[in-house]
Amino acid sequence: MDEILEILEKDGRASIEDIAKMIRKKPDEVKKSIRKYEKEGAILKYKAVINKDLIKDSESEVRALIEVNIVPQKDLGFDKIAERIYSFPEVTSCYLISGTYDLLVVVEGRNLHTVSNFVAEKLSCMENVRGTATHFLLKKYKEDGVILKHKSDENKRIAISY
Amino acid sequence: MQPSGIRAFFDLVLGMKDVISLGVGEPDFVTPWQIREAGIYSLEQGFTSYTSNKGLYKLRLGLHRYLKNKFGLDYCPDEEILITVGVSEGLDLVLRAIINPGDKVLVPVPSYVSYGPVTELAGGTPVYIDTSKDGFKITPELLKKHIDKKVKAIVLNYPTNPTGVSYRRKELEEINKVLLKHKILCISDEVYGDLTYDFGHTAFPSLPGAKKNTVYFNGFSKSFAMTGWRVGFACGPKEIIAAMTKIHQYTIMCVPITSQMAAAEALASGKRSVEQMKREYDRRRQLMTTELNSLGLKCFRPQGAFYIFPSIKCTGLSSMDFSRKLLEEEKVAVVPGTAFGSCCEGYIRISYASSLENLKEALSRIKRFLQKRTPRA
Repeated sequence: MDEILEILEKDGRASIEDIAKMIRKKPDEVKKSIRKYEKEGAILKYKAVINKDLIKDSESEVRALIEVNIVPQKDLGFDKIAERIYSFPEVTSCYLISGTYDLLVVVEGRNLHTVSNFVAEKLSCMENVRGTATHFLLKKYKEDGVILKHKSDENKRIAISY
Repeated sequence: MQPSGIRAFFDLVLGMKDVISLGVGEPDFVTPWQIREAGIYSLEQGFTSYTSNKGLYKLRLGLHRYLKNKFGLDYCPDEEILITVGVSEGLDLVLRAIINPGDKVLVPVPSYVSYGPVTELAGGTPVYIDTSKDGFKITPELLKKHIDKKVKAIVLNYPTNPTGVSYRRKELEEINKVLLKHKILCISDEVYGDLTYDFGHTAFPSLPGAKKNTVYFNGFSKSFAMTGWRVGFACGPKEIIAAMTKIHQYTIMCVPITSQMAAAEALASGKRSVEQMKREYDRRRQLMTTELNSLGLKCFRPQGAFYIFPSIKCTGLSSMDFSRKLLEEEKVAVVPGTAFGSCCEGYIRISYASSLENLKEALSRIKRFLQKRTPRA
């Protein structure tokens, strides 16, 4: 992967000037590459990773992983039905997987009730959906490579050494 | 044995809170998890005993393969490899093993702080070779000037702490020729070898005819971020390794088994982690070189390790005064160049083994520090 992408994947806020210095290129070249990636859709979006457990005023959120068994359509395979499912705003992620089930759908809702309503009223009753199994998430430990634990500031190295 | 001002300066740093330290000689990464996990697992399995004096056979065998793959070097795991408590112990062992009273050991300076003192402790005389006029590199000419009949060995270290200098194969070949001609043993500390950026690292014993005249040192501390585990290794001619093992068995017995088990895992699965860390250091290296030069602290682009060695002569301050004032006024710690040899007055060592965020904050503080000292025209 291009170093620019590698840097941005770790820190979406890395400035063009800093990236240029880190990889010894001109800022203009870096800017051009980034624009190109954005245009092509290689870079889709920049966002913050938020640990919602630490936000006291946020409405509590419930998340469920739903395994969905579907009947593929002629010529379209799984893609068309997947699209009908992932287009719901409640769906935060959707993957085609190998194994007993076909789709793994991640759904977020305000409470247990909203999520189960979504499954019962929207998902299960779709034609082509043969069955679902819903797993409610109890605790998040790590997400997208980020460990959801507040890091202590304690410096474990001694401050000066040869 | 050490300039006393430096000890006092270190104490000052250690006693101060909220310092951004660019004075640390170890990685800022924690040991990769799979390596730590292997250490934990070995404890769970009850591996709590001594190992053979030379070290766990599986670790020596791993090293044999590692060196063969990487440099085409063929060291026999039974007789030519010794596991030591970091490279530090290995250096002490080799110097004690080879030095007779009155022997001289060449030490190009600036250098890591232990080479001279350990030579003295072993009854030898260190001969410091000032490389500051030659871009901090030892050259065949410089070397020849310091050779006489009493010179037994040279301690090389590349990539070099504190300068970040390293050597290409061609340069090493020239040095090797001189050493072979004058029968001077090469003690090669290559603990930063995996952190070489602009060209491939050449292991000294892989040079023509060098293997029988070299004791090669490396360790897990820097490349695998395992400083606290204290595991290094020495490879060399079997007579020297046997003599070193004799001292090692009476003084140390063996390296802690947990550390050796973890090190074996590092060899088996750590390559990817090393590459990732190296890429990260490389980016910081580029950033720091550009920024320090633009602040007026002149420095060449280092080729290895995680140090950069800028000149602070433009400030008119001594290395010690610069370091002390920077610490007191801006709470940024660096190591005065003079800690690594008296020829390094006018330089400081900056370690970029620190997060990008810290480095950037430190740079802006250094900038403020310098601006206070250059009155605008």
